Amino acid sequence: MIRRILPALAGLALLAFLISPGSFAPLFQPFTRNNAPAIYTQTSLLSLTLSHLAIVALAVAASTVAGLVLAILVTRGAGREFLPLARTVTAVGQTFPPVAVLALAVPVLGFGTGPTLVALFLYGLLPVFENALAGLSNQPAPVAEAARAMGLTPRQRLWQIDLPLALPLLLAGMRLTAVISLGTATIGSTVAARTLGEVIIAGLLSSNTAFVLQGGLVVGILAVLIHHAFQAAEVRARRRMGLD
Amino acid sequence: MPRLWPPAVLFAMIGLAGLALPLVQFKANRIVPGEGVGLAALPHGPWVMLGLGAALVLACPDRWPAVARLASAVAGLIAATLMLGMAASHLPPAGNSLARVAPASGFWLLVLAFGLMVADAVNRLRPSLALRWVMLAGAVALAAGILASGLLDGVSVMREYATRRDLFGREAQAHLALAFGSLGLALLAGIPLGIAIFQVRRWRGPVLGVLNILQTIPSLALFGMMIPVLGWVAATVPGATQAGVSGIGTFPALVALFLYSLLPVVSNTLAGLSGVPAPTREAAVGLGMTRAQVMAQVLLPLALPVLLAAVRIVLVQNIGLAVIAGLIGGGGFGTFVFQGLGQTAMDLVLLGALPTIALALVAGIALDLLVQGTRRGAA
Amino acid sequence: MIEIRHLTRVYDGVPVVNDVSLTIGTGELAVLVGTSGSGKTTLLRMINRLVQPTSGQVLVEGVDTATLPAHLLRRRIGYAIQGHGLFPHRTVAQNIATVPRLLGWPRARIDARVDELLALFQLDPATFRNRMPHQLSGGQAQRVGVARALAAKPDLLLMDEPFGALDPLIRAKAQADLRAIQQKLGTTLILVTHDMQEAVDLGDRIAVMDGGRLLQYDHPARILTQPAAPFVRDLIGATDRPLRLLSLKTVGDLAQPGDAEGPAIPPEATLHDALAECLWTGRTALPVQGGGIVTLDALRAEARPR
Repeated sequence: MIRRILPALAGLALLAFLISPGSFAPLFQPFTRNNAPAIYTQTSLLSLTLSHLAIVALAVAASTVAGLVLAILVTRGAGREFLPLARTVTAVGQTFPPVAVLALAVPVLGFGTGPTLVALFLYGLLPVFENALAGLSNQPAPVAEAARAMGLTPRQRLWQIDLPLALPLLLAGMRLTAVISLGTATIGSTVAARTLGEVIIAGLLSSNTAFVLQGGLVVGILAVLIHHAFQAAEVRARRRMGLD
Repeated sequence: MPRLWPPAVLFAMIGLAGLALPLVQFKANRIVPGEGVGLAALPHGPWVMLGLGAALVLACPDRWPAVARLASAVAGLIAATLMLGMAASHLPPAGNSLARVAPASGFWLLVLAFGLMVADAVNRLRPSLALRWVMLAGAVALAAGILASGLLDGVSVMREYATRRDLFGREAQAHLALAFGSLGLALLAGIPLGIAIFQVRRWRGPVLGVLNILQTIPSLALFGMMIPVLGWVAATVPGATQAGVSGIGTFPALVALFLYSLLPVVSNTLAGLSGVPAPTREAAVGLGMTRAQVMAQVLLPLALPVLLAAVRIVLVQNIGLAVIAGLIGGGGFGTFVFQGLGQTAMDLVLLGALPTIALALVAGIALDLLVQGTRRGAA
Repeated sequence: MIEIRHLTRVYDGVPVVNDVSLTIGTGELAVLVGTSGSGKTTLLRMINRLVQPTSGQVLVEGVDTATLPAHLLRRRIGYAIQGHGLFPHRTVAQNIATVPRLLGWPRARIDARVDELLALFQLDPATFRNRMPHQLSGGQAQRVGVARALAAKPDLLLMDEPFGALDPLIRAKAQADLRAIQQKLGTTLILVTHDMQEAVDLGDRIAVMDGGRLLQYDHPARILTQPAAPFVRDLIGATDRPLRLLSLKTVGDLAQPGDAEGPAIPPEATLHDALAECLWTGRTALPVQGGGIVTLDALRAEARPR
């Protein structure tokens, strides 16, 4: 019960805050000093949130498509020769700090939303690829055998058997990617992307704790909600196949 | 027509693209955009180009031996790096101390192509664990040797380094202290916590649930919130300030990294202990060991590989996340990254980002080798 | 009719199946039996080209299977394996409907076929249609696996150790059901097993394989009484020989006029059952339901090779 009610309450509180941040001003007032404003008003919090979510959604969608296609390519036909290399690159790539990837994208793409998107895409590719690969290559042998023996063509096997069976792991990869992207997008505001990081950084620069707190809370609740939603979808997909 | 090794063909395409693109950027000063200069325009450039191209193309046939692949890839990396250094000392007119020479797309693509070639060759060679340690040590020594030789001193990143040598040392120390300090604290707190929830099953859900949420909170938000929280603690709890608690400086960053590290340590401790086969545990009890003896002599040693895997996750994660400390005045390599971004001085960004990446990479590989070593010992 | 001509499969220079030829008549149940590594499974998998033959041919109704695209061939040949291989993300009905859907049957015909098969395998369609595979017991999953293999009315059904994962009681029932369904549908069936008793109980003909070679291909009675090689005799087991021979015939085959004491035995019981009944109750003759008797002397005569 609590697992369902808490996220719902957090979501409602978040929605109320974004629609009418002003009415929450008394809550944040104790965290300000020298009569500084309690609520960030330079840009509307709602539009920053939407822009933040749009960047993350776009990056996650792109990483998912690309990661899945790559995983499909290296698990069949001539692509198999790339499999050991792909595993190594994925393992090494994940040691690259997301912040460093973001910073390195700036010289190539300049400031703005572009480098953030590219960094999120590149970094998000790895968990999706890794999980899709695990999902596609760890199928139960009798199932794969039965699919072949019943006369499914390779394409039919991919769409009707391999991909549906890999779904729970793919969702887990998307969850990791979404949560990492949400956090890294926050730092994206240091390279002038329009995200909620703007509020936190404004707070840090002006020593206004209220800003830091509201920016952090909004991003934090979003992250927990997204994590929760993906996990719920994952559990459903796994239950359907009797894995849990 | 010999059978081709498809990955090598991919590396050759990346590398040849790198040869065609400008190797370096020549800029009038550290802020303005510059113009690209190709390898061919440098002294000996055409010969080096020919050599690198040959190394890339020769590796394409499947039967090319793996040792030769490895040797030519390492040679390619060294050659590209030395040409970068040479460009930096050759291109600026004498006496012009403002001009900068920075690595450009061609250089990065060559590094990517030969780096992938190294990885591929190592995959094919399947070296023993000991040999892999030697390879890692050799790579670190080679990189350190080239940096110390002064051959790269003209390159823009090294020029940034030269003007803040002392500061770089301090920030490097701060970065390492943050990453390793938070790891140490997380192990001190996390292993006992993991043992506790292994013993008391009903605490598992709540403890892991809270740690999961902590891990989900974006880093900048957590770092930012630590400042007011710890500031309040320092101001209100008697004796906290004397104990080192503070809302400014390195402390908030350290606490934030510590909180992030808890989940991997606790959950892997639990997984490692739960992974010990029941017959092993029952045999230990049956031989008359006490609870504490079973834990210390049987369970923990067998859980070691899983625990080390947590150390790897935490260390690599914290080396990366410590960059964000630079944003809240916590020091570390992040200081250069965010200063550089603020001044649009990309050379300064690189001065922060490159050591961070190198550190994370070496720590990741070293701990992977360590984990494999203990796995073999346990099996 | 299935004709296997000089079929050979070589892995790394070692022949796993070595020049095997045999013919299976329409509606027959042939059992391939042998120890693990004998090549029996590889032989089976070459029939639907899950394994590509190194040389030789497989002819189904006179057509060389090598001339058909593998996936189209497989849709005409049913295949059931140990551990059933049901698709875990699809319901029982969707699993059974796999090949009919691939063949583009109309929806109504597929639904009718699924219900027909579920009823045939004694699974209530209303209860089981929408279950997921993980909600089935081992025996139920095995039956759904066979139903799926039979869904598109294949000319030929291949089974690889189909009862291997079942416990003995369910196994005996599943074997009896399979035999009944095979006779009812008239499907040609090739079954692989390592269990000689299963081969004798089920097979119209038995092919004994060892080291990739076909040692003997014959009716069960001849395999038991005239083993062609020492290996075949070892596989049967000297102590079990007479009992296995008795299990091939039914009481009805041996009934003779006369009277006997005690409870009657059904005519479809095997001679093996009748012998056990005689020994257990200390009788020398048993009355047969519907008239006649079966005597211990007659049983004794049947248990010897002639």
